Amino acid sequence: MNHDLTLTIGPATFRIGSAWRQPVEALAGLYADYPMPADAIADFTVRLEPAGPFRRWFRPSIFITGDHGLADAAPMSLAHGLLAAEMGMNLQMALGWRRHLLLHASSVEKNGRALVMTGESGSGKSTLAAQLGERGWRLMGDEFALLDLETGAIFPFPRLVSLKNRAIDVIAAEAPAQRMGPMLAGTAKGDIRHLVPRGEAVARMTEGAPPALLLFPRFGHEADVRPVGQGEVFMRLTQASTNYVALGEPGFAALSRFVGNVPARAIDFPSGDEAIALVERLWEELA
Amino acid sequence: MNARRLAQALRDPDGVAALDAGGWNALVAMARAERLIGTLALRIGDRPVPAAVRPILSDARLDAEREARQALWEADRAAEALAGLDVPVVLLKGTAYAAAGLRAGQGRFIGDLDILVPRDAMERVERALIDAGWEWVKDDPYDDAYYRQWMHELPPMIHAARDRMIDVHHTVLPLTARQTPDAAAMIAQAVPIANQLSMLSPEDRVCHAAAHLLADGDLAGGLRNLWDIYCLLDGVDGAALEARAARHGLLPHVRQARRLANAFYGEGARLTLWDRIVMARLLARDGWGRERRRLLRFAFYLRSHWLRMPPAMLARHLFAKWRRGHRPV
Repeated sequence: MNHDLTLTIGPATFRIGSAWRQPVEALAGLYADYPMPADAIADFTVRLEPAGPFRRWFRPSIFITGDHGLADAAPMSLAHGLLAAEMGMNLQMALGWRRHLLLHASSVEKNGRALVMTGESGSGKSTLAAQLGERGWRLMGDEFALLDLETGAIFPFPRLVSLKNRAIDVIAAEAPAQRMGPMLAGTAKGDIRHLVPRGEAVARMTEGAPPALLLFPRFGHEADVRPVGQGEVFMRLTQASTNYVALGEPGFAALSRFVGNVPARAIDFPSGDEAIALVERLWEELA
Repeated sequence: MNARRLAQALRDPDGVAALDAGGWNALVAMARAERLIGTLALRIGDRPVPAAVRPILSDARLDAEREARQALWEADRAAEALAGLDVPVVLLKGTAYAAAGLRAGQGRFIGDLDILVPRDAMERVERALIDAGWEWVKDDPYDDAYYRQWMHELPPMIHAARDRMIDVHHTVLPLTARQTPDAAAMIAQAVPIANQLSMLSPEDRVCHAAAHLLADGDLAGGLRNLWDIYCLLDGVDGAALEARAARHGLLPHVRQARRLANAFYGEGARLTLWDRIVMARLLARDGWGRERRRLLRFAFYLRSHWLRMPPAMLARHLFAKWRRGHRPV
């Protein structure tokens, strides 16, 4: 590949190759404080390739692939190259990672214990994790929480936080500008801007923590807290996991233990500040 | 760089000791792309490898074990669905290798379930599978009619609940192909495994694999098929194989498969010019796992169609596919 970069995030090392200079430059800038070992053995290869024979120069268009890929993935414009690289890393993890049970969830840590938040895209879990991460918690990740199959601990995967649409202004108001990436306008999910996690999140990115609370947040409703039965929690987490089926029995055992040990609540909130207050209160009561 | 490094690692796993980080990255990417990572992991076994490589290989071994378990369960389900028909069901390719515990099945990626049944039982087999929950994948009437009229198999089906594909074959190559392997003889000499399931005889396994690799298809994924052949040749009597290949009209293909398998994975062989062209196609993969040599691949793509059907029919077919938006390579 014409341009490449090796990047370690949590337990996984990625070798990212690109036909264009821009996505690799953008990654190198925003991940400057992460380990970038030039000659490491990578767990995954990510490739950003031209979507057709001439699309490297003519209306440049990125096809995201690598060790694991989706044949029908929609190509992306070069202006969104940073997002393409991030999606490429996510794709490898989602389809190829076997060393933990992957939960599509955000997670933060305080006093050595982890809060896990999961829900549909748009539920507010990323924003909430980012906000908590700015206010004293350690951000562990906004995309994947890694559940250890043996110990039951949650391990971090602190990539750049992907902020969408309204969340961008909310976080930009409290995070310093030098930790914010460029505005990527008009992506398939609207406007996206990335946030570099605080230094502590990067420095402690191999450090796990036992899970103490699971929340199913939902943004845009009157404040409310509801209990969620263990059967429903189990089903929702199997759906939130991309490798539950592939892991077989060890995945089942780890998830059963997680569901049996970790208190779970569904929470609704109309605003970020109310969400934070609610989370802090539940954390005091339950964790 | 090309996929020679991968072939060498399979032939001589001791040689991986000399790889640096870049070498490992290329080897792993190529092995994943060729769906040989599980096989490679088993070949390397307990040999010392860098710490970062060990989990990659053990994950690949676990994935391969899961593949085999899933494939055998799917074969079991198909056997159950067809149990009342009193039709011989012959497992083909990966599932057969796994079911019989053959070396070719160790670490092998197993995609679809492929079975061979007598041609006069096709309708009953199709109905029984539909009753048991399989359904059509292709909704294009042209594709459906094409399969039924000209192909060696039913249009592919997928199980509604388990999301696994089954290919039901009644012979080895498309009916339009120049060679006409004797499927009835293959079924007659099939070797029982269990649960009414059987597999091809050792010679027919080689003939079948060689026909697939060299008399059909465009050689995409051929490194793995050639590894199958290399493993299947182990213990097969050369004279018996030649006789069987001649009966199926596959003698040149089987001979070429033996030369190539030995050149890639074995002691080496004297190669013809045509062998070397096929070899270049099989190795067209770089250290990032990308397919290279677009023109060469396109030539093999055209050839695969040329082998499958007479020219006028080929022109009609390619035009019909092109109008439906299909673009090769």
